[in-house]
Amino acid sequence: MGPAVAVSELVKDYGAVRAVDGVSFEVERGEVFALLGPNGAGKSTIVEILEGHRTRTAGTALVLDTDPASAGASFRDRIGIVLQSSGIDPELTVREAIDFYGAAYSRPVPTGELIELVELDEKADARISTLSGGQKRRIDMALGLVGDPDVVFLDEPTTGFDPVARRRGWELVERLASEQRAVLLTTHYLDEAETLADRVAVLAKGRIVAEGTPAELRARAGSALIRFTVPDRAEPVADLLAPISGDIVGRDRQVEITTDAPTADLAHLTGWAAQRGFELEGLTVSTPSLEDVYLSLVGDDGDTAAGEGDSEP
Amino acid sequence: MRAMRLLWRRTRIQNRIFWRTPVAAFFTLVFPILMMVLFTAIFGNDPFDTVYGRVSSSQFYTPGLAVFAAASSTYTNIGINLASRRELGILKRVRGTPLPPWIYLGGVVLSAVWIAALGVAAMVVLGVAAYGVNVEAAKVPAMLVTFAVGAASFAALGLALSSVARSVNMAVPIANATLLPLAFISNIFVPFGTDTPAWLDLLGNIFPLKHFGLAFGEAMNPFSDAPAFEWHRLGVLLIWLAAGAAVAAWRFSWEPPVIAGRSSRRRRRPVPA
Repeated sequence: MGPAVAVSELVKDYGAVRAVDGVSFEVERGEVFALLGPNGAGKSTIVEILEGHRTRTAGTALVLDTDPASAGASFRDRIGIVLQSSGIDPELTVREAIDFYGAAYSRPVPTGELIELVELDEKADARISTLSGGQKRRIDMALGLVGDPDVVFLDEPTTGFDPVARRRGWELVERLASEQRAVLLTTHYLDEAETLADRVAVLAKGRIVAEGTPAELRARAGSALIRFTVPDRAEPVADLLAPISGDIVGRDRQVEITTDAPTADLAHLTGWAAQRGFELEGLTVSTPSLEDVYLSLVGDDGDTAAGEGDSEP
Repeated sequence: MRAMRLLWRRTRIQNRIFWRTPVAAFFTLVFPILMMVLFTAIFGNDPFDTVYGRVSSSQFYTPGLAVFAAASSTYTNIGINLASRRELGILKRVRGTPLPPWIYLGGVVLSAVWIAALGVAAMVVLGVAAYGVNVEAAKVPAMLVTFAVGAASFAALGLALSSVARSVNMAVPIANATLLPLAFISNIFVPFGTDTPAWLDLLGNIFPLKHFGLAFGEAMNPFSDAPAFEWHRLGVLLIWLAAGAAVAAWRFSWEPPVIAGRSSRRRRRPVPA
């Protein structure tokens, strides 16, 4: 039995546009794997190929040792899909929708149990059309889980959630992994990937530009970030900064040092300042966030493409 | 067996969806009855010359409007329903579940045919009870077979409509712009006689609605001989059934239309953190 999801050298062309360009990764059972990237990076295309919604141009894709492109009902019986773009019949009630979609699976989760799980008890007999955006996302989640899936695909599962609902959603995803399901998550929320994912692949322009645990990715930006303001009187600062081992970025009198040797650099800085009776104002030492790494990896794409919707046809 | 159970469930769910869409229920079931009441009130119920011979206006309008109800509950409703489900991404969701696609579409078709049967039954019962329209036991098999073939044919055309129209905004005008004018040249709203221009007659003969109406009308006609099967008309309906199914097989898509789907997504999507 191979990994739950195994993707190797996956390529997808839309006409002349290469949307996915040689992507490889694996997801094990019990693992949450996040595809992180700006819109149009190819996240949704990859997931839709794995769900069997799209065909691939080249490479291999296996989900539960099955090729999704040629798989049938027995394959879809074991996967759960939470897509951002798929609706639910607005005329049905929450209970009816879960009943109906569950009926197609060989081992449906009892409707009441699911309603409770996604906390829609009070809305169980309300029409889908009357639900709020966040409630709709929760029934989306319920319908993705109704077949008791071995692999769950979550396409930006908490988009539209308020902060409380988001935390609840995260707890649910963690629970799925603890139940030995493989979870493949796409998101452009960095904190979501950082909180939920055991491993993260950062996608840009159809390629994986970095892959690892959130901690590993953070480490790529150095283990620490030192920030301070150089005192006005302290001229010149060349001898202050010369022995620093990390990368230095200065703007006006603000200095940012990314370093793998925070202890030594900090000792030098504070020693230098203390000797001269200066105060390094606003001195902070912090761990770089995944966001710092992400922005350095995807460049400006993350900003310019924001809010445009996936440009994949 | 399990497939049949699923199909049954699907059909019932689809019926429920229909009854919870008052606009569809009105135009499919109430509208033809309204027309029947109005036509007989306006034109009176006196006999006049029709293709069936000299019959009362209710005898003329009952089969035509029954067939019209059947056509709109299959062709129009299936076409609009599936186009809207596609646009909402419901078809895509269904495609990602183990539910066999044919069971989903089968449920939609069976439900529409069931609603069509109710519409036809309501019209015939109204005709018989209120206007003394002729129904003979010996010709009931012809009525049933004609209904089944006609409803199946218009259901296939509904599938074709939903395949050609990529959005609800296309499906609604296409459905209305095809079925309503056709009803005028198909001996449904306006009786056709000997003085009808030949080209209109020919035009009506090309399309299935006229054959559906006339075949059903003959089965209710007091002057026709039992069993009153109009086989050549049923043959035309079967050709349209095959054509509709072929278009659907060729063009039907489960994916939401690119432009509409993306734009609705765009509005929902907040700026990432």
